Amino acid sequence: MIEPMRIAGHEFSSRLILGTGGFPRLETLADAIRASQTEMVTVALRRIDPGARGSLVSVLDKAGVRILPNTAGCYTARDAVLTAKLAREAFATDWVKLEVIGDERTLLPDAVELVAAAEQLVDEGFVVLPYTTDDPVLARRLEDVGCAAIMPLGSPIGSGMGINNAYNLRLIREQTALPVILDAGVGTASDAALALELGCDGVLCASAISRAEDPVAMARAIRLAVEAGLLARGAGRIPHRLHATASTTEAGKPEFANGDRASRPGAGASTGAEFVHPSDPARAVGGPDPMGDPAEHGAQAAPPSA
Amino acid sequence: MIIINGEPSAAVAPGATIAQLLDGLDVDGERGVAVAVDAEVIPRGEWETFAVADGARVEVLIAVQGG
Repeated sequence: MIEPMRIAGHEFSSRLILGTGGFPRLETLADAIRASQTEMVTVALRRIDPGARGSLVSVLDKAGVRILPNTAGCYTARDAVLTAKLAREAFATDWVKLEVIGDERTLLPDAVELVAAAEQLVDEGFVVLPYTTDDPVLARRLEDVGCAAIMPLGSPIGSGMGINNAYNLRLIREQTALPVILDAGVGTASDAALALELGCDGVLCASAISRAEDPVAMARAIRLAVEAGLLARGAGRIPHRLHATASTTEAGKPEFANGDRASRPGAGASTGAEFVHPSDPARAVGGPDPMGDPAEHGAQAAPPSA
Repeated sequence: MIIINGEPSAAVAPGATIAQLLDGLDVDGERGVAVAVDAEVIPRGEWETFAVADGARVEVLIAVQGG
């Protein structure tokens, strides 16, 4: 049984939030929701087209998922706040995935406008889940103004590049007790597993699922990856090592003729020194020298937040 | 004329309420719909009474896939 994820006092047994953008058909979206076992999905607001009757909300209500409106496409705090208020009227929720974009090409967040919008929305009683860069200082600002979670990107929206800066994600994880949810960049299941291994509480995934060749299969894959990553984090991974460590004992090894080739230590025979990969959760941030005492590298990853 | 979603609309006369305006657009006030007039959100509870003035800029929004 997977430990639940808590956001603003709400418990989610699924740690995967699904973005609804990019699904070719509503039927596929419904199937992907089922396969992902998600309990919360994002939606956007756009001008109504009186010709086209969208049944998106009825599909989502039928699936029994919580709707998390976003402020996609907003470039200023003013627009984002207005959009959040419209979403509150449309969906009767004060939860909002806050996006304030600062650049058309990369869709990277505008840090200044983001913090301003977050502060206003928190003041108005919203539960604010901000899409942010992976900057630990910005994450702290968002926490200071009262956000309910930190949603850093792994890489730009829809890029599928995975997690570009594991180090920053770990700094954010280390400094906050808020839920940390990886919010962009996932390209495939292994990216989602890594996010959880690094200490994220959950993953928000849209394009990786909706634009996969088989969105429903990918929804299941990423659901399993999120679970696998969480379990692996709890299990405590072994450290990365530069040299091999035999798993079979030397004791009782037979000796054969031509024994001169039986053992040939290399020039730089292992001294116990370790290579510690930057993404290795065993490498505590600000912790021991990566080439230090191997015994110190058994440190556990950050525990899931309360 | 009322400007609805960026276009002057002949379908709805000035002075109409939001509820009448939505009827004129053949939009039921289902969950997932929101309305702003001149960049102010009009709460659902005011849709029956809020009258839209001549020249007002109305945004009628609906839930779409995104994020």
